[in-house]
Amino acid sequence: MKLFKNLNFDKLRDGLSKTREKIVNKLTETISGKAKLPAEILEELEEILVTSDIGFDTAIQIIDEVKIKLKSESDRSEENILRTIKASLVAVLEKSNSYNEFLPDIEKYKPFIILIVGVNGAGKTTTIGKLAYNFKKSGLSVIVGAADTFRAAANEQLEIWAKRAGVEIVQKKNGTDPSSVAFETVAKAIKENIDVVMIDTAGRLHNKSNLMEELNKITRVIQKQSNNAPQETFLVLDGNTGQNAVLQAEEFSKVANLTGLVITKLDGTAKGGVVFQICSKQCLPVRYIGVGEDIEDLQSFEANAFVDAIFSTK
Amino acid sequence: MLEDLSQKLEATLKKIRGQGKITEKNVTETLREIRRVLLDADVNYKVAKEFIEKVTEKALGQEVISSITPGQLITRIIFDELTELLGGSHSELKINASGVTVILIVGLQGSGKTTFSAKLAKRLSNSNRKPLLVAADIYRPAAIDQLKMLGKSINIPVFSLDEKNARKIAENSLNFARENGLDTVIIDTAGRLHVDEELMGEVADIKQLTNPQEVLFVVDSMTGQDAVNSAKSFNDKVDFDGIVLTKMDGDSRGGCALSIRSVVGKPIKFISNGEKLDAVESFHPDRLASRILGKGDVISLVEKAQAHFDDIEADKLEEKLRKNKFDFEDFLKQIKLIKKMGSLSSLIGMIPGISSAMKNANVDEKAFVRIEAIINSMTKEERRSPKVLNGNRRKRIARGSGTSIQEVNKLIKQFAEMQKMMSKFAQKGFQNAMMNNKNFKFN
Repeated sequence: MKLFKNLNFDKLRDGLSKTREKIVNKLTETISGKAKLPAEILEELEEILVTSDIGFDTAIQIIDEVKIKLKSESDRSEENILRTIKASLVAVLEKSNSYNEFLPDIEKYKPFIILIVGVNGAGKTTTIGKLAYNFKKSGLSVIVGAADTFRAAANEQLEIWAKRAGVEIVQKKNGTDPSSVAFETVAKAIKENIDVVMIDTAGRLHNKSNLMEELNKITRVIQKQSNNAPQETFLVLDGNTGQNAVLQAEEFSKVANLTGLVITKLDGTAKGGVVFQICSKQCLPVRYIGVGEDIEDLQSFEANAFVDAIFSTK
Repeated sequence: MLEDLSQKLEATLKKIRGQGKITEKNVTETLREIRRVLLDADVNYKVAKEFIEKVTEKALGQEVISSITPGQLITRIIFDELTELLGGSHSELKINASGVTVILIVGLQGSGKTTFSAKLAKRLSNSNRKPLLVAADIYRPAAIDQLKMLGKSINIPVFSLDEKNARKIAENSLNFARENGLDTVIIDTAGRLHVDEELMGEVADIKQLTNPQEVLFVVDSMTGQDAVNSAKSFNDKVDFDGIVLTKMDGDSRGGCALSIRSVVGKPIKFISNGEKLDAVESFHPDRLASRILGKGDVISLVEKAQAHFDDIEADKLEEKLRKNKFDFEDFLKQIKLIKKMGSLSSLIGMIPGISSAMKNANVDEKAFVRIEAIINSMTKEERRSPKVLNGNRRKRIARGSGTSIQEVNKLIKQFAEMQKMMSKFAQKGFQNAMMNNKNFKFN
């Protein structure tokens, strides 16, 4: 089964158009103005890549690759330079994005359990709302568990999303042990034969050992209830985040078995370039990107389209 | 806060310090390394470049060559440059002496505006202002509920309207404040993307309608290179007065602080640490610069402690220390005071020299909870004179506190050691006490 069948990549492109225009304009400016491929151009490339949050080391790595590849070629045209860089970037993403089906076999796993984790303000609850809407739309029954029992009105926020998506919700009083919410949600899903469970968790900074331990407990509670559960654990990353995202991915993967990333807020000018580094270091696939606050503003991530959207000219 | 950045700079600086005379070549190498450190720390590409150029200019000048200790001089130059980038001097909030002061809180989604608004309200109410929180985020689900709950928990009134009209909410809140004798209006606006023209127009309108004394731009300290773009757009649109850096209790390198400060030329006014509602600090660029350079932040620690410590309580404690009468009752009070100050790890990070030593130490915040439970299970007599704690009593305490006898024993033993150290501390001063108690561990 494939979700998001009528995925419209134009929207993804629109979301990233500011990024694309910026990079392509810069490339066109720098490259067409000069005959050779001198240090200035390489430095410009370095700036473009670094300012996309790709990370200094990754930027240098990509540029070195391009340098080597171009060395043996006489074609140093703008198109060829772009093509070469693009190929290098796609290769980084493809390393970890080998899967293509999101829900392999829902009947087999039923309930299919997804745990959503991340730092404060990354966009976890909004992502759950959008996901719930998409699952529901594709004919699946969905229940969400409000396991953020800490932040004021987190419950209410998820409740509104659940209503918008038309799905069930399990919630308890603020201050309740979040694992008990997770437990009840899964129990209810099993009892009522619900297809998909999504557990929302409180935002936590990855260097807070007690909160990370709490997350580990939630994971263990879910594991006990259902074989191979949670089937998916998504780390939600704010697309504006810089190099700290790499640490987030590392630390969260220590307490939860991360299976994928969701990059949010990519409808601004943030480039989300940190994706490349996490993919290369953590081998984590990017599953979705958030491109707005509406319930439909969630897109499946697709490596080629992502890189194409960054580099293709209109 | 900026720990990684300071650690890396520390390592780089150590390299310089270890070398004799600075040649043009080894300065170039060092500066290249500093540039890498800055970029890794999310300092904007251009800002880092400018920074390096400035330092190079100074480092290669006469002063360096004629200097007796080139390492110290370079440290000084880097410190000065960092301080300059961070803002030069410290800037307080503009508060009207009479009438209503309006503070407008703006920023991207998820940067921490609502939490900061509540923290600011609490801080102002602690300094005898009468704040009103205004819920003008009509877009994010339950944002208004969130502010209402936070307001309730800190006893600050929250103004909201059922209407989905942020301009009207903001405008009407001013009358509400005047009618109810409230003197500081804090308007919490919706998170918005700087490229969203409609919403940027809304926030510009709110500014025009409410004429705020302060517009504060709230930014997540984990933000990457794009921080300069969003900050610049917000600044162009609402011409904000200051910057608030949030989530500084994480391990982000915080380089965006340098970037934003240098790009928009506005002061960083607050640091927002953690989710406790009193975890907000004023921003001091000089201290941050010295902290980046690994010199620690003694001043902040001292001030933070002062805000919470009751003078009389401190005097009493000193007296007890001198007479060696520090007991479990006092210990419990200390734990409560420390908890008020914020997380233990954030306190430790401020002590100079300790940050690298503690890097791998896992501070167990829960240890305090267990210690408190154990002490709470003691009778008054036992707290005052721990000597009476025999086996049976210890067993009872372990049961009562839900811990084990081993844990109770450990605490009593550590407490005895601490008493010893405390009395030495009172007699000889802190330095000596530490020297004599190398084996003392607090865990």
